[in-house]
Amino acid sequence: MHIYLPIAEVSVNPLLILGLGGLIGVLSGLFGVGGGFLLTPLLIFSGIPPAVAVATGANQIAGASLSGVMAHWRRRAVDLRMGAVLLAGGVAGSALGVRIFSALREMGQVELLVSLSYVVFLGGVGGLMMLESLRALRQAGRPGAPRRRKRHSWVHGLPLKMRFRASNLYISAIPPFMVGALVGVLSAVMGVGGGFIMVPAMIYLIGMPTNVVVGTSLFQIMFVAGATTIMHAVENRSVDALLAVMLLVGGVFGAQLGARIGTRLRAEQLRVLLAALVLAVCARVGYDLVATPDELFSIAPVAP
Amino acid sequence: MIPRPFAPAAAPRRRLAPWALLAAAAPALVSAQPWTRQVERVVAALSQNRVAITADFSGSEIFVFGAIRREAPPPPGKLDVIVEIAGPPEALTVRRKERVMGVWMNRAAVRVDEAPSFYALASTGPLEEVLSYTDDLRHRIGINHKVRMIDAGPVDDPQAFRRAVIRLRREAGFYVEAPGGVRLLEDTLFTAHIGLPPDIVEGNYEARVFLLRDRRVTDVRKAAISVRKVGLERWVETLSRERPALYGALSLALALAAGWGASELVRAMRK
Repeated sequence: MHIYLPIAEVSVNPLLILGLGGLIGVLSGLFGVGGGFLLTPLLIFSGIPPAVAVATGANQIAGASLSGVMAHWRRRAVDLRMGAVLLAGGVAGSALGVRIFSALREMGQVELLVSLSYVVFLGGVGGLMMLESLRALRQAGRPGAPRRRKRHSWVHGLPLKMRFRASNLYISAIPPFMVGALVGVLSAVMGVGGGFIMVPAMIYLIGMPTNVVVGTSLFQIMFVAGATTIMHAVENRSVDALLAVMLLVGGVFGAQLGARIGTRLRAEQLRVLLAALVLAVCARVGYDLVATPDELFSIAPVAP
Repeated sequence: MIPRPFAPAAAPRRRLAPWALLAAAAPALVSAQPWTRQVERVVAALSQNRVAITADFSGSEIFVFGAIRREAPPPPGKLDVIVEIAGPPEALTVRRKERVMGVWMNRAAVRVDEAPSFYALASTGPLEEVLSYTDDLRHRIGINHKVRMIDAGPVDDPQAFRRAVIRLRREAGFYVEAPGGVRLLEDTLFTAHIGLPPDIVEGNYEARVFLLRDRRVTDVRKAAISVRKVGLERWVETLSRERPALYGALSLALALAAGWGASELVRAMRK
């Protein structure tokens, strides 16, 4: 049994797409990442044209994030105020990222730069996360391990201080805005939600408590992905609604499952798992960059 | 099959019904061979000249059926038939990767001006055995004539880019050649099956049936095949093209509704 996708113009096995959606959904609910860093490469690997994979990924992420946000919302694990600051940065960054993307596209180097940013960002973030969480796991195992002290760094000396009650923080709005903007740029250039970089930045840079990080990052991702969906539909006409709905049907249930598993695991364990996954994708993309490809040639339709 | 010159559409349909729709609406290209005495003509029909891409489209098959009509005893020489179906031509950018500082990246890019989105060729034997070089040039039969590049620009081995299109599309199943794909019965009736892959692109496809004697084309029939998305597929595609902002908003609304709906459903199930 196959389903023909109207925009992608390919025929796919719906079970494969449902399964993919489910897998991404579990990640989304579990870690608070949209899962785009895994979804986009997997869709391309399944034969979906890259432009459609990126745009439809954004559409799927928006829908999947909503069910995750709602699950966290009920547990009061969303810092709305922090989310709004992150979102403002995200929209600004996304607009910038779209310009970078179209400039690279004219040079025919989008593929390379997407791959390079995957390797650099996934490798960097995944490596740091792995080191930090392994250390935390070892310390937590010892009785009477010292609590991590609140760090006071340059972040706390910036102006425009705001009180974020849900996060129990009184800090400048500039770092969250910058984090949101960076995530916005990456989401436009890499076709991802950006949770994989936002979650660690919220924990290590902003210093938010882990329990509100996931819900708040999903909140920001949902809106940025929504804006990206509409932008892609208008600019590139590459959003395949049928594909997105199939991914979602699998994904929404996966997200619920992930959110439930997440409540049973410790934050450090979650981080080790996420770090391992991020590093695996990084290694895979990096290998493809360096290994001699089977086929040197690629075909693309001439833009009308 | 009643041999009558320029047999009207109804004549073969009587026998080919219920599946046959007559293909030969276009006049045969007999004027292309003024020096050949027209003692043989080909009459052909396609099982369908409309292919509907529905949501569960998983490829299709076109059955080509035909007969050779004669006014006189058959002339000497080997009789062959070639059946060709070609999708709409499109322009492509072909890129070649090179290793730069250890990393593979696209370097040279070439525009291939014309390549059919789909091309199937069936014949009674290998193309070079059934078709002469001059007639091949004249009628542009075979994938080599269909993928055209006008000016490659300053790159090494420009023909490699053209060959890459053919190779990649062959591997993907879009270019198919079946040298024994036409079955000829008693030098009078012939049949061929041509499969359309599930990933077919919509557009106006053209079918051509060639009749050959001693490797020279003696008659041609053409027919159009319209491949179109229908139903939901058509609606979605049209909306995305004509009202992109509305389509984007609808896609988003649909995604959010699915997310919210499932979240509520799971909560209801837990209670």
